[in-house]
Amino acid sequence: MSEIERHTIAVLVDNEPGVLARVVGLFSGRGYNIESLTVSSVSVDASLSRMTIVTSGTPMIIEQIKAQVNKLVPIHEVHDLTAEGPHLEREIALIKVVASGAERRESLRIADIFNAKVADTTTGSFVFSLTGKPEKIEAFIELMRSLGKTEIARSGVVGIARGAKAL
Amino acid sequence: MASEPMNGAQVVIKSLLDQGVDVVFGYPGGAVLPIYDELFKQNQLRHILVRHEQGAVHAAEGYARSTGKVGVVLVTSGPGATNAVTGLTDALMDSVPIVCLTGQVPTHLIGNDAFQECDTTGITRPCTKHNYLVKDADRLAKTLHEAFYVARSGRPGPVVVDIPKDIQFATCPYSGPGNVKHKTYRPQIKGDAGKIAKAVDMIAKAKRPVIYGGGGIINSGPKAVELFTKFVKTTGAPTTLTLMGLGALPAADQRYLGMVGMHGTYEANMAMHDCDLMICVGARFDDRVTGRLDAFSPGSKKIHIDIDPTSINKNIAVDLGIVGDVASVLEDLLKVWKAEQKTTDKKAVASWWKTVDGWRERDCLKFATNKKVIKPQEAIKRLYELTLDREVFITTEVGQHQMWAAQHFRFEKPNHWMTSGGLGTMGYGLPAAVGVQLGHPDALVVDIAGEASTMMNIQELATAIQYRLPIKIFIINNEYMGMVRQWQELLHGGRYSESYSNALPDFVKLAEAFGAKGLRATKPSELDDTIKAMIAHDGPVVVDIAVDPKENCFPMIPSGAAHNDMLFGPDDEAGKPVSEDGMVLV
Repeated sequence: MSEIERHTIAVLVDNEPGVLARVVGLFSGRGYNIESLTVSSVSVDASLSRMTIVTSGTPMIIEQIKAQVNKLVPIHEVHDLTAEGPHLEREIALIKVVASGAERRESLRIADIFNAKVADTTTGSFVFSLTGKPEKIEAFIELMRSLGKTEIARSGVVGIARGAKAL
Repeated sequence: MASEPMNGAQVVIKSLLDQGVDVVFGYPGGAVLPIYDELFKQNQLRHILVRHEQGAVHAAEGYARSTGKVGVVLVTSGPGATNAVTGLTDALMDSVPIVCLTGQVPTHLIGNDAFQECDTTGITRPCTKHNYLVKDADRLAKTLHEAFYVARSGRPGPVVVDIPKDIQFATCPYSGPGNVKHKTYRPQIKGDAGKIAKAVDMIAKAKRPVIYGGGGIINSGPKAVELFTKFVKTTGAPTTLTLMGLGALPAADQRYLGMVGMHGTYEANMAMHDCDLMICVGARFDDRVTGRLDAFSPGSKKIHIDIDPTSINKNIAVDLGIVGDVASVLEDLLKVWKAEQKTTDKKAVASWWKTVDGWRERDCLKFATNKKVIKPQEAIKRLYELTLDREVFITTEVGQHQMWAAQHFRFEKPNHWMTSGGLGTMGYGLPAAVGVQLGHPDALVVDIAGEASTMMNIQELATAIQYRLPIKIFIINNEYMGMVRQWQELLHGGRYSESYSNALPDFVKLAEAFGAKGLRATKPSELDDTIKAMIAHDGPVVVDIAVDPKENCFPMIPSGAAHNDMLFGPDDEAGKPVSEDGMVLV
């Protein structure tokens, strides 16, 4: 059995109505996994958008996913950031922790360690804002969960290749 | 040259004419009245009125497949568009170039649940190659020309253009087809030179090569078919074709092994399994061909030539994938072969042919005839033999008769065989025959059909009558949904659940009610005369051939089995039960 790999794929697309539905429909129609998906316009005239999709599958499935996305008519380019070399991944998370007393104080200390900012506070809760690699976010969330009731809003992963070459 | 301002409907007509379209298959409705009004005022573009929008798309498919042109459909909004969905999905699965224009409610009503409104672009997104909703009158002409470009470029497919009614009335600028320089969709035509050189090398060294050709050859065009035949001759390799590829190599060619796959010939499937090099040209390793994936041709290296990069390494990992148009890649390959003065390993290939000929001797397609009841294979074989003297186009419905037609009707040329392969749509054959006849008014067009399939789009007989299309509906009537019954016999203990064709109409009377001729044969002695009468009649004919209801289609690779593990007859059925894994496969 082939190993399941996690890949981050950047896709440049025409910024036209329905293009997001097209890509998402392709994934759901063929049973491909979407771990996270972000999209926004990136060119000066807003004619181009960039999607960052985190997906997982065997190497043969990953190749299929890239080829299938590339085949869609409004797609300009498909880049597998995981395969193409060193790259950065970031996401932002807003984490509400409802706790009091010792747990509340502990959550603030841990937030300090992670460099999370306090975006909201009451005597019985905090909302932390944390930016960083997905693994860092996940670790912080795990710790917060053990301290009280949590509500989590994550933005999804954006990625970009390291170095001087720009798409 | 100053031109009068045109409205959207006029732009539609002009765009179609400038794209070389001469016939449109359609059905009117409120949302397309402006276009129908303009159609009425002119007589260059011919409109064929079908009786169900599904029929319009299948007719356009038959037309496209038999002529090589893009098939064009015009339907209204709401139910018009949703009725077309089956046909569009069929065209997508079989890579048929179609442009389907759908009417839509006015732009300011979209999303309001208006009368006959539906989210056409949402519904057709997964079942078309691409679709457009024209919200801006300035973009109408450009969008139409782009739609034709997308439909016919790369791997052909269906494209929907949804045109709101207010756009059809609005004043629109016109621009001609020009040369669409699409900014993103530019399929690769020329194959990688390094990979082609490697392929030449692999072919020269192969000891047991087999060529596996598919519908992509025919889609690429007549030049590809010519080059493919040359390629087969040059390598002298045993060659098999898929259901969609029949006719890409003349059936009379001595290297042709017959069709490959679930109901393919013994020699074709065995050669595919035992080869050491499989050269796949314009085919897609479909599950009907591969059987169990982990037992598919385990000892061979595979080369895959395809214009669609997603086809390569989708089901089967290949050793050398070459993305490109079949004609272009084969031309380059043959050039390199000639330049390097390559030959195949003649001794090894001769020995391989001995093995293959040994398999041929099994004569796996033979069947027993009898004097009391017509065998379905006999009916199709006689139809083939009695039409050898003329150009004949065959469409089929779906099921056992389709497989028997693929086995016993031999094609020397491409574009004469129209069948629903990927989607397997019952109800395809009759409307497709309408489309084929329109593309070839003087030819004999026969729809080899089952009685259950014929009931699905029987209304299209009226279309044939209206336009005086002398199509022949050749019904292999076994009073069952034959293929379903065969599977129920094999896998479900003979429980024929809902597969009996109950309450069948008298097809002769039904034909006459439509205004066509009806013929019937119930005994073997009547078969030849009925076929001859069918051919001789100058007009549409429905022929009801009563055949043995219990005949099953062999050879058969049962689902879940390896592709060299075939059943050859009823006695084999009892011996080999289907595995649990096999049961769940279609």
